[in-house]
Amino acid sequence: MELTLPLTKEQVKILKVGDVAYLTGYVYTCRDAAHKKIQEALERGEKSPVDWQDQLVYYAGPCPAKPGKVFGSNGPTTAARMDPFVEMMFQQGMIAMLGKGDRAEYVADLCKQYGGVSFLGIGGASAINADRVKSVEIVAYGELGTESIKKLYFDRYRVIVGIDTEGNVLQQQEVPKYKR
Amino acid sequence: MMSRILNTEVVVPVIERLVKKACCELNDNVMEAFRSACEQEESVLGKETIQILIENGEYAKREQMACCHDTGAAVVIMEIGQNVAWEGKPLKEQVNEGVRQGYEKGNLRKSMVADPLERVNTNDNTPAILHTEIVEGDTVTITVMPKGGGSENMGAFKTLLPGQGIQGVKDFVLEVVKRVGGNPCPPYIIGIGVGGTMDKCAVMAKKALIRPIGKRNAKPLYAELEKEILDAVNNTGIGPLGMGGRITALDVHIDYYPCHITALPVAVNFQCNAARQATETI
Repeated sequence: MELTLPLTKEQVKILKVGDVAYLTGYVYTCRDAAHKKIQEALERGEKSPVDWQDQLVYYAGPCPAKPGKVFGSNGPTTAARMDPFVEMMFQQGMIAMLGKGDRAEYVADLCKQYGGVSFLGIGGASAINADRVKSVEIVAYGELGTESIKKLYFDRYRVIVGIDTEGNVLQQQEVPKYKR
Repeated sequence: MMSRILNTEVVVPVIERLVKKACCELNDNVMEAFRSACEQEESVLGKETIQILIENGEYAKREQMACCHDTGAAVVIMEIGQNVAWEGKPLKEQVNEGVRQGYEKGNLRKSMVADPLERVNTNDNTPAILHTEIVEGDTVTITVMPKGGGSENMGAFKTLLPGQGIQGVKDFVLEVVKRVGGNPCPPYIIGIGVGGTMDKCAVMAKKALIRPIGKRNAKPLYAELEKEILDAVNNTGIGPLGMGGRITALDVHIDYYPCHITALPVAVNFQCNAARQATETI
């Protein structure tokens, strides 16, 4: 299915684990170091440098672009490392996450509670994603290099729904089917 | 036997070239393993996933772009012939210069922080993780293995009781595989070190990842154990990227070394689907 960003609560509600979707619109990269900085800013009583309302957080640290290209190799990093920040980000208004791999049980509960979803990309298939990004702008924490917060424009970036708003988890449904 | 004198600067362009090649080009052995895995995979999502990895591998090579965005820590393994005599700047500095130039000129991600607790990026992906070994002869063989964090972080080490034997090794590896699920980016290769000391064991597990997919340990005991563990891993159902399926591991490689009477050390190191390596001999 085709999905235009930003997503609405109604749109994410109909997504089910295993659905393949092509995302078009703006997303923000944010990973380990930037999450920690946001947490520290909030603890100091400051605002997050980005308004996360209805936004999709792409757990990614891209390669530099080749000369003449808009963007470099990029792909989802291990989502589980961001598990401790999920509730904070939902409270900031985030609606969806994009990463790879298994997540803690409580992330599924949080998706249910806040009406959000966790998408999966294909870890390792990062070269073909370069052309899926049409624009890039560093919006915060530029000093973090690859880990800075970047606003990207996705053109049909392929994802799979990993956790839906009912708290279903793709891996928990699929892995037992192939177990011997 | 006369010494062969080499200036350490010879390694700079070689390592630069190997870094770029390894990051942009999965070798034929890996691509062939993907194709065979794609045929065997029963899960629709899993098959599609491997198909995408194949397309990505071909695209990265054609465009000379990093196949995976995580271009890793630069593991550099040097086998140095004992008849080589070095002159020039310190070898370690030249290895790092090669890494620096490879990551900069290759538009590759810089993923190293200078201090594990202070965490400031070195911005040139140095230092390398350098392993040197003195071997026979007068040549120098250099292997560069960019090692991504996702798979590296899932490795494990345990010293088993000597009596736990073969079953203990199997149980430990399977316990780790099940615990880490899809996080090391399957389909992966598992490198296992058995024996030695803690340090030796971990290095064996890492070096076992260099062995081509499909090649068994020369000793039948370990060749058999590799096959058994591979079957067991592929029966977990974890599948490509952990989304369920038949193919979790492309291969399992075990290397062993003599060890102390009290010990049975086992190290497990995962190599993600971006199984990158490149080698040259000087």
